[in-house]
Amino acid sequence: MIGDRLPSYGTARPQAGRRFLSRALARPSLPAVVALVVVVAFFGLQAPDLRSTAGLAGVLDVAAPLGIGAVAVALLLIAGQFDLSVGIMALASSLLTAMLIGPAGWPTWPALAVSLLAALAVGVVNGVLVVNTGLPSFLVTLATFLVLQGIALAGFEAATGSTQVGGLDAAPGWSSAASVFGSSAEIGGARFHVAVLWWLAATALATWALWRTAFGNAVFAAGGARRAARELGVPVRRTTVALFCLTATAGWLIGTLGLFRLESVQLGNADLDTALDFLVVAVIGGCLLTGGYGSAIGAAVASVLYAVARQGITLAGWDPRWFLTLLGGLLLVALVANGVVRRRLKAKPRS
Amino acid sequence: MSTASSEHDAPTRPPRPVIELRGLTVRYGNVPALNRVNAVLRSGEITCVLGENGSGKSTLVSVLSGLGRHDEGELLVAGMPVRFRSPRHSRALGIATVWQDLAVAPLLSIWRNFFLGVEPTRGVWPLRRLDVAGARETTVRAMARVGVTALDPDQPASALQAGERQSLAVARALHFGARALVIDEPVTPMTVARQTLFGQAILAARAQGLAVVVVTNNPRYAHLIGDRFLLLAHGQVAATLTRDDIDADDLTALMAGGEQLSTLTDALTALHPELGER
Repeated sequence: MIGDRLPSYGTARPQAGRRFLSRALARPSLPAVVALVVVVAFFGLQAPDLRSTAGLAGVLDVAAPLGIGAVAVALLLIAGQFDLSVGIMALASSLLTAMLIGPAGWPTWPALAVSLLAALAVGVVNGVLVVNTGLPSFLVTLATFLVLQGIALAGFEAATGSTQVGGLDAAPGWSSAASVFGSSAEIGGARFHVAVLWWLAATALATWALWRTAFGNAVFAAGGARRAARELGVPVRRTTVALFCLTATAGWLIGTLGLFRLESVQLGNADLDTALDFLVVAVIGGCLLTGGYGSAIGAAVASVLYAVARQGITLAGWDPRWFLTLLGGLLLVALVANGVVRRRLKAKPRS
Repeated sequence: MSTASSEHDAPTRPPRPVIELRGLTVRYGNVPALNRVNAVLRSGEITCVLGENGSGKSTLVSVLSGLGRHDEGELLVAGMPVRFRSPRHSRALGIATVWQDLAVAPLLSIWRNFFLGVEPTRGVWPLRRLDVAGARETTVRAMARVGVTALDPDQPASALQAGERQSLAVARALHFGARALVIDEPVTPMTVARQTLFGQAILAARAQGLAVVVVTNNPRYAHLIGDRFLLLAHGQVAATLTRDDIDADDLTALMAGGEQLSTLTDALTALHPELGER
């Protein structure tokens, strides 16, 4: 109605080819996809076993639990926050479930529900602390990580009097829960674990929520433009707390999947170096550390990348410790690529 | 249209108040940022808020838009006392704001920015999803209304030129402002063409019968578009003037220095002791 009489200010649309290129470059998952292709090609030649069905199953076995955590952490990173406590949450919730089922003699489902509630409680504490104190979430969750680690390791041993609990499969409800969390299928001579389905479902759900719901909009805005989000009435605080609950739930799911896989828990093989892995994978998947940008699919692709590199190095017969070097290199490449993308996006033409 | 013309033809029948502030006080700690402010914002009128930095202009904007809460006094919207819980609440009552920083998220696409915080959805929970096609269409239409055509609503807002980003903020406010428009004049410099568009959008909003509040540092511009002027000093109303009370030069002189405004405040308070009690 005003526009009729006035000159227009719209920029001319670039040509179709350039537009496609700039759209592709604007995809957060692009560096991870390129790196995945390179790593698959490289280890496909170095470790021929990787190309078999068994090799694929091995890769997916590593990628699935990692991917579940990475997708949740990616969402949190997009909202501009960190969570270091996902890995310890996985261990602690599996220990709690095992403790309730084994020594305490609870049925399986109530034990799972209680450990999920405990995980959610930790998520709420993380979220409320970050939202109310304004402290960096990196430090808040580092503190949670340390506290939980102490409680989980010392508390478990004090409560059970041993470093492992086995024979959980005799508990009532175990078989029905195992069909949800612990089943597997034999395809082409290799065993695929149900965790893969959970991982795919988590990725699909997170992608849908990010791009197609008001919650997703709030997540992006909370990370990329918190002030603008507040001015427009986006529930930034509620969204942040919900995301911390989400990462806690992801931790619980990873722990539960592992518990039903092994049917026992053991303090000795506790995998504690995973504290940063989820974060590294999410960043390789294209999330900016500053928030506001990233994707769940990118995190899923990056967890496959991680798994291929790890399995590839093992199958190629190298010293497995080389994996850390490779991971660090990938992280650096991803950070540089993200920086380039970020500058492209932030670049403002002069008017 | 009718509201605006009837106001000028028949001054005996004042336009109905959309927003009324009665003794509104906002404190940060013990310091009052706004101290017993009375003001009436009427339908089809442009009220310009003038004052030096720290006089309470931004606080007034934040209270009207729901970002801040008042501690004492009353805020009436269409005669009903309200206390905004959030900017969403204020927007739901038809009060839309153009923020000084424009409140545009650079990495989000244009249509997501347009509907940020009030996303149109369809379906029932948990399948409630964004109405993407409708949102895109509305965004293109609303942006064309403020003079930005040939727009790809899927581009990130960072791809917009600085002036177009202002247009996005204005188009959004015009779209969601059913009753009142609060404009905290953007600090980013504007071309004359942009400023013209901006001014036209404001005048169009007045013609539609919206109560418009413009917070500005430019007294000449204020006198050009404003019907009423609310002068703030130290969180208090220093003067409420209409276009007929003052010409552009006097308004400029008043605004030229904070000292003069303070002198005026003191002088007015001396003449009218009741001002000091506000």
